[in-house]
Amino acid sequence: MKAENVSKRYLTPVILILLLALLIALPWFTRPYMVVLLKTILMFTILSLSWALFSGTTGYTSLATAAFYGVGLYTAAKLGNVLPVPLMVLCGGLFSFILAAAIGAITLRLKGIYFAIFTLSTVELIKNVMHWYEINVAGVRGHRILHVSDATVFYYLLGITVLLLLVTYLIKRSKYGLALSSIGSCEEAAAHIGVNVITLKVFTFALSSFFVGLAGAIMATSINYIDAYIAFDLNYSFFPTLMAIFGGMGNLFGPVIGAVVFSYLREILITRFPYAYMFIFGLVMVLTILYLPNGLVGLYQTIRLKLKQANNKKEKTLGGKHASTSS
Amino acid sequence: MQVLQVEGLTKNFGGLRAVDGVDLTVESGEILGLIGPNGAGKTTLFNLISGTIKPSAGKVTFLGENIFGLKPYTICRKGLVRTFQSCKIFPELTVFQNVILGAFFGTSEKKSWEQAALQTREILEFVGLAHLSDVPAANLTLLDQKQVEVARALATQPKLLMLDEMMAGLNPAEVEAAMTLVQKIRDQGITIIMIEHVMKAIMNICGRIVVLDHGKKVAEGSPKEISTNKKVIEIYLGE
Amino acid sequence: MLEVKNLNVFYGNVQVLWDVSLDVKEGEIVVLVGANGAGKTTLLNTITGIIQPASGSVTFLGKDITGLPPNEIVEMGISYLPEGGRLFPDMSIQENLEMGSFLKKSWKVRKERQEQVFEFFPRLQERRKQLAKTLSGGERQMLAMGRCLMSGPKLCFFDELSYGLAPKLVKESFQMLQMLRDNGLTIFLIEQNVNQSLEIADRAYVLENGRIVLQGTSEELKNNDHVRKAYLGI
Repeated sequence: MKAENVSKRYLTPVILILLLALLIALPWFTRPYMVVLLKTILMFTILSLSWALFSGTTGYTSLATAAFYGVGLYTAAKLGNVLPVPLMVLCGGLFSFILAAAIGAITLRLKGIYFAIFTLSTVELIKNVMHWYEINVAGVRGHRILHVSDATVFYYLLGITVLLLLVTYLIKRSKYGLALSSIGSCEEAAAHIGVNVITLKVFTFALSSFFVGLAGAIMATSINYIDAYIAFDLNYSFFPTLMAIFGGMGNLFGPVIGAVVFSYLREILITRFPYAYMFIFGLVMVLTILYLPNGLVGLYQTIRLKLKQANNKKEKTLGGKHASTSS
Repeated sequence: MQVLQVEGLTKNFGGLRAVDGVDLTVESGEILGLIGPNGAGKTTLFNLISGTIKPSAGKVTFLGENIFGLKPYTICRKGLVRTFQSCKIFPELTVFQNVILGAFFGTSEKKSWEQAALQTREILEFVGLAHLSDVPAANLTLLDQKQVEVARALATQPKLLMLDEMMAGLNPAEVEAAMTLVQKIRDQGITIIMIEHVMKAIMNICGRIVVLDHGKKVAEGSPKEISTNKKVIEIYLGE
Repeated sequence: MLEVKNLNVFYGNVQVLWDVSLDVKEGEIVVLVGANGAGKTTLLNTITGIIQPASGSVTFLGKDITGLPPNEIVEMGISYLPEGGRLFPDMSIQENLEMGSFLKKSWKVRKERQEQVFEFFPRLQERRKQLAKTLSGGERQMLAMGRCLMSGPKLCFFDELSYGLAPKLVKESFQMLQMLRDNGLTIFLIEQNVNQSLEIADRAYVLENGRIVLQGTSEELKNNDHVRKAYLGI
């Protein structure tokens, strides 16, 4: 029995390391299109995981992801020609962090639906302010950004994903992860047993946005033209949310699975049904919410549980060693 | 030694004066009962003391320190903790997780997982919930959920524990068990204030009782004095 | 009036009620006694249509109501005060009471019924425009009880009526139950306040771990050793 448990514990990390090695080697032997596709998938994975880190645990549904992604894009636009790439990407993350902290400090006192609406409006607000500024003050619309190779962008995104997974894992294991869940469960009680709910919420919100900003900054280098309307696109708020829910938030990799499946699906559908793909998405979402409220991960866990129960029943009827479980 | 001192505490909700100039002192090691008709302002008084809402006027001194206007989490870390009338546990978390959160965040100490886990296990033993440690709190009976809330409060290492209707909904045998627990807690050196309607508990374990009506303190004394007080009988106990 | 026969109820795969049978005759006050977790609320939820039983039947005034949806059961004259009241927090006291008279028949007479409720609970009249969420625990109980009466029921289930009420109010509530019974209401009580409920009840059942283990007149149960030890704390 013991040997089985030991091998189970090391199975997951080993699989992950192999997967990582595979991904690192990938650009060397696949078609260029594959790398481009993976860039998109990784980008959505980062956005989806970031969203789940805060909104999945505390229950405060944020729709501001697009704002932070846009800040990342714009950081690249403004500083891409001035700073070395790593520093520029870092700045993208930092500016998003600062913006999120500011938004959080103001709005994280609002309940549920109001928080969601406010964060949604933030995206629109920033978009229109930037647009106005560019037209009326700067007189310049759009930017050209230095170009970085697809492979390089891919490796950046891979690094960010790994870092984000690590950070999420460490937080979930720690007392802060538990505290975040308690905020989602009963915020008032959490506050009364000593959890500094405001600081924890604001910091986690800002931390999750840091990664979104990083992703935005490096993705910008693959885009030829950026302006306010392109940078602050609400789809980058909706999709990560849908992906995380679809994948399921009961598990570290739920949002990853959701992002991978969804973004791959999106790529296929956009090319084949350029007008109908949003409709199909909407349909998938409705079906998910009706029948898979815990996402794919939830479905997997339910199936495992049912198999276990069926197994237990079989052993009972076969006169096995297991005692009756009815109580 | 006075653990808690409340002077002229008042709270207005628009035109309604929920708590009206209440004075209260709580001595170390006592079990103080807080009773009164429904709507008298008892829970509001708790809310004012624990920082849940801000007083409109008055003074609150805890262990010699002015705690007026402090946030609930700060007050908790100073050693003042309360439970809720509606039993606010974390239903999705296990009993163990509920309590260990109190151990981690309820004091200003930095604890490791081992330390917090040890304290948690000790408290679960003390309260009698060790056998339910890994059960999600939502699956427990009301009585057990209330005990989880108390255990979680104890994990914050309080000097003053404020219990809000802990015994509501318990049958007489369960009330007995709860009374024993409260006394056990007091014997650990924790001062207790309890809001209760279960007279059996109030009369038997409280050393002193304060009676509130329409936001004002209308009587104070020993259980014997209070149970024979004409005004209290009229407004609260009934014939 | 009400007949429950051999009810078996499951939560998912777990059985919580075994072969539960009881009956309530017209004009009676019947009490169900049992510890927390024994299954009392589950039993109520099954009778009033919120949960479906796996087997067994519930008959009311000769009609089989097993598994009927709750709104139809209310229409037939059964009313239910759930544990904790379940009020509409953002509605005023008046509005909550009106919701109790939602069905057509009751809607017409709601003003008179409301006046009656205010007579029993003057405090509710004082605060009639106040939102339910601003009320104290005991005031909410009063409101829930009032709302229960607004549908003009023939049989009323009260789940933990005395929960969170001041002693004076508990006495008055029980007195009011007797008065309601004298006015033609049949009453089924779930109560932890076993002492006072046995005082006013005609008959009682004891539920333990999902099974009826004792039944009899309230006198019999008051004098029963097991009941005295486990539930009356004597």
